[in-house]
Amino acid sequence: MDYFIELLFGGLTRGSIYALIALGYTMVYGIIGLINFAHGEIYMIGAFTSFIVATVLSIYGFPLLAIVVIAALAAAVWSSAYGVTIEKIAYRPLRHAPRLSPLISAIGMSIFLQNYVLLAQTSDFLPFPALIPEFAFMEPVAHIVGSSDLVILITTTLVMFALTLLIKFTRIGKAMRATAQDRTMAMLVGINVDRVISATFVIGSALAALGGMLIASHIGQINFYIGFLAGIKAFTAAVLGGIGSIPGAVLGSLVLGLTESFATGYVSSDYEDVFAFSLLVLILIFKPSGLLGKAETKKV
Amino acid sequence: MQSGLKKKLFVAALALGFAMAVPGAVVAGDTIKLGVAGAQSGDLASYGLPTVKAAELVVAQYNAKGGINGKQVELLVEDDVCKPEVATNSATLLVTKGVDVVLGHICSGATKAALPIYKEAGVVVMSPSATNPDLTQSGDYPNFFRTIASDDAQAKTEVDFAINTLGAKKIAIIHDKGDYGKGLAEFAQSFVEKSGKAEVVLFEGVTPGAVDYTAIVQKIKRFDADAVIFGGYHPEASKIVSMMKKKRMNIVFISDDGVKDDTFIKVAGENAEGVYASGPQDNSKNPLSAASIEAHKAAYNADPGAFYENAYSAALALLNAIEKAGSTDMAAVVKALQTEKVDTPVGNIYFDEKGDAVGVGFAMYQVQNGQYVEVKN
Repeated sequence: MDYFIELLFGGLTRGSIYALIALGYTMVYGIIGLINFAHGEIYMIGAFTSFIVATVLSIYGFPLLAIVVIAALAAAVWSSAYGVTIEKIAYRPLRHAPRLSPLISAIGMSIFLQNYVLLAQTSDFLPFPALIPEFAFMEPVAHIVGSSDLVILITTTLVMFALTLLIKFTRIGKAMRATAQDRTMAMLVGINVDRVISATFVIGSALAALGGMLIASHIGQINFYIGFLAGIKAFTAAVLGGIGSIPGAVLGSLVLGLTESFATGYVSSDYEDVFAFSLLVLILIFKPSGLLGKAETKKV
Repeated sequence: MQSGLKKKLFVAALALGFAMAVPGAVVAGDTIKLGVAGAQSGDLASYGLPTVKAAELVVAQYNAKGGINGKQVELLVEDDVCKPEVATNSATLLVTKGVDVVLGHICSGATKAALPIYKEAGVVVMSPSATNPDLTQSGDYPNFFRTIASDDAQAKTEVDFAINTLGAKKIAIIHDKGDYGKGLAEFAQSFVEKSGKAEVVLFEGVTPGAVDYTAIVQKIKRFDADAVIFGGYHPEASKIVSMMKKKRMNIVFISDDGVKDDTFIKVAGENAEGVYASGPQDNSKNPLSAASIEAHKAAYNADPGAFYENAYSAALALLNAIEKAGSTDMAAVVKALQTEKVDTPVGNIYFDEKGDAVGVGFAMYQVQNGQYVEVKN
């Protein structure tokens, strides 16, 4: 039973990690119907930004809490800037092109950003400082769920609720939903669609940056390539949950994380990915739009 | 036609070999012919050319001293491009030219293809770089020796250390699904099983680059392993080691020279303390190693390339064996290689009955105070 609980928490943490990245995928898809393959790289850039800021601040002897807050803000701002810029130069000019064109552009952006960080930084793995301390009150259960697991779980939950509130009850949220439903009509009723799309990229990128910082602190190392696998897994989770749906992204991530954790625990880690992707195939066969996705209406 | 020619050449070569084996009856001139075969052109030339240079330097050194038992040493260099089909030709050519001993070949595949030809001709072959375990362990080639550890030697070092030095009884073997890591893990598994003193409680691969290794770490704990042998590289190793510390586990972690890298210590930080890793033996304190490198720099004004020290050692071992045996007869040379210790850049070595150099190979290191320190087993 202990073992089951250990795997359960391991799976929830892993799922929450995926969720922080998957939210960005799903938001962008919901608004402009584009799979933003460069999103994993935004996550990686967020991790690098927080790494640099945190390292500099710790040299000047800032307290840990201040380092975490400033590094998170800096990463969010910097990554958002990248997200918006990518949208402006790589996706906006292709908005009326066939759907495949922005997709290819996204893949190109992803490769470009990876190599850009490789050249601008280093190809080595860098040690990421432990930004989340070991809380004393967690010590009795540390062998099951650690402090960083707890922080990741709480952060993901808070982020999901905040996002839901934002989209349901605020002006920009309403504009987002309108743009998602029908971009032309939204424009006709006076919504600045470009601004709505930019806002979506800002929010998605900031979340990815936050995720990048937390996850890098959790695993203790970064390099230019971390965005690739994390991005693929988060994308899978978003599709699993129903791409375009925010609760779906979180649910899909948790399902994926738990599946991987239990597959490793009870079968073999050799088959971890086999189970994860078999699950994806099964769900898409029976529910092509994902767990919580809406069936897509053809826009003529 | 071709096989007929080969046969003729062969007979000639055999006749030559026999003639030379008879003491006193010196037919083929007054030189000892050291063949050097390996890749000297093509993609893998950088693996083979340092061997030629090593042989040239050693031969020059011997000849300056007056040769072996009064005979000068002559070099016969053949290029096999690391291709098995070319290697058989080079071997035949060398045998035809009356080669006495061969330094080479470089690649395992080419070596394997050439060995039967040398075996029939009664020529001792010593490779500085062919690491395929079967070359020696199959017992098919009594004329084959090497001055490099075989592919499975590293796994053997790790398993011996875990079982005999640390007394581990339950071993979890984890790998990164890559050629290097998985290969090593499979060798380790078979050595643990063969030892009979410990059991493999877990054998699994992890996905490199995954965001989280909690599940596999919990599994190691569940199977109550008292040592983990990891085959792979440092990024995964440091994630697993850190996660084990986070889950308050205190299990011995043993890994390979993919982890015996300062980056591992840098990335894993305090979590790296106490981790064991196997790595090639350190020759830097051996004066002969320094001397061989100096000789290369003096002659070629450049740093030596791949397998240079192994090749230098092999050339020394071969010529030393001929000198001690007083003949180039295969049985006598083999006996000398197995009994006469020789000082070489890779250490004071001799060869076991299968042909692997004793005293060449891997050592265990442990991270102590942020540095890898050699530990004795």
